[in-house]
Amino acid sequence: MRYLIARRVSQIGILALYGAAHIWGLKILEGNLSSSLLLGSVPLSDPFAVLQMFVSGSIITMDIFLGALIITIFYGLVGGRMFCSWVCPVNMVTDAANFLRRKLGIAQVQKRVYMSRNIRFWILGLALVLSFLMGLSAFEFISPISILHRGLIFGMGFGFSVVLIIFFFDLLVHENGWCGYVCPLGGFYSLIGRFSFLRVRHNVDNCTECMQCKEVCPEKEVLFMVSKFSETVNMGACTNCARCIEVCGDDALNFSIRNYLN
Amino acid sequence: MSQMSERRKFILGTARAVGLAGIGALIWSSVLEESLHASLLLRPPGALEEKEFLKTCIKCGLCVSACPYDTLMLAAPGDKKPLGTPFFNARDIPCYMCEDIPCVPVCPTGALDEASVSEGDILAIAKARMGVAVVDPYACIAFWGIQCDACYRACPLLDEAIVLEYAKNERTGKHAFLKPVVVQDKCTGCGMCEHACITDKASIFVLPLDVGLGRAGDHYVKGWDKKDQQRVKNAQGGTTQTEISKQSALDSLNDDAGLFE
Repeated sequence: MRYLIARRVSQIGILALYGAAHIWGLKILEGNLSSSLLLGSVPLSDPFAVLQMFVSGSIITMDIFLGALIITIFYGLVGGRMFCSWVCPVNMVTDAANFLRRKLGIAQVQKRVYMSRNIRFWILGLALVLSFLMGLSAFEFISPISILHRGLIFGMGFGFSVVLIIFFFDLLVHENGWCGYVCPLGGFYSLIGRFSFLRVRHNVDNCTECMQCKEVCPEKEVLFMVSKFSETVNMGACTNCARCIEVCGDDALNFSIRNYLN
Repeated sequence: MSQMSERRKFILGTARAVGLAGIGALIWSSVLEESLHASLLLRPPGALEEKEFLKTCIKCGLCVSACPYDTLMLAAPGDKKPLGTPFFNARDIPCYMCEDIPCVPVCPTGALDEASVSEGDILAIAKARMGVAVVDPYACIAFWGIQCDACYRACPLLDEAIVLEYAKNERTGKHAFLKPVVVQDKCTGCGMCEHACITDKASIFVLPLDVGLGRAGDHYVKGWDKKDQQRVKNAQGGTTQTEISKQSALDSLNDDAGLFE
């Protein structure tokens, strides 16, 4: 439970800091996930948004270039795809959908829908092509992540409908459908974070092959080594959510630092 | 059905993926195209021209947070405006034209251009062009002859951006009209007038520049105004070809072809 709690504290805490900056002028973290100002001075920008802006032909200022660079370096070196499970507010929506899906046993009454994990990369590519052709940041104008996140800080409007679509999509159509298959931002971070150092490590000596970790993992492919051999989970798709660590009763999974030497 | 060759499978699979991506692109671009066609909205001071603005704004909301009057909002679904971009509704809360323009320097992308609202190194909010105020002379009660100068008094550029035009009220013979007239090259589009207007629905309201302003074009010039010569300095020559202008004027008039048949 401790990682789950830590993730919720992180997700809600970040939202609360943005909210406090907007409502009370508390200058710790201002702006929103598209671009923000840390402690009134350090710029932080969404590198995917900045990339779309660049492709669309907009001039990139030093501020957002630096901001995007800082974020890219952080996730690239340290966090991997941590954004998805520790920062993104949509994670709470899809986790809720997933929880309910499991409790209700929807998978048992539903015909299996096949979707490819690569859809997100196609959408990522499309976002860049459309940004180029239309001269604007294509994904930023429809992104449900931004709609929810902006909405919570600046006012929601009818944004809840988009959030409900994602909730019911994940609940009724496909397990982890949005985060694991469709979301191009997740795809983007899995590309950026594929070489990062903070990793889950599997220790096959402790493994009792209960396979509960694969049951809870939102990106099951990344755990291919479980019960086979000891290795760090190196695929970029892993969000470092630590659900596998928490569910493992045999201490066969833990956070560790990736070792590039051997 | 016979077995497909590997090559055929590959080609078909690729074609299918490209086709699906095409469907996605068409739906996506039409959604974008539609959602961006909201021309009646007012941007914060210093905003780039709309097309550039949409491209450059990263939708972070720092300008919205910086605004001390809660004038600015980020467009949410349902506002029917380009999602996430800042705008304001002058009738609700106008721009109060802060001297230190807190919303502009915080912009990280330059979508709000500090230089466009600066005089040298000093911020000058009077240079802002958020829109232009337009009067509906049929709904404005000052044009009826009833005394009201709410907009004139509310204007932060008092007697500069809105001036009162005096005219005799012929109906009564002894009263005056005090008609508000907007001076377009002074008006910043802040919307204080629209906010102050006492009619049910504002009779003076701010429109975006490209909606609220006409354009005379290069064919006409104020011969009595030296400065106006500058405006048409780069006018392109060239004549319009129509059905009757193919010939010279004289030939065209004398041309009786087909007239006596």
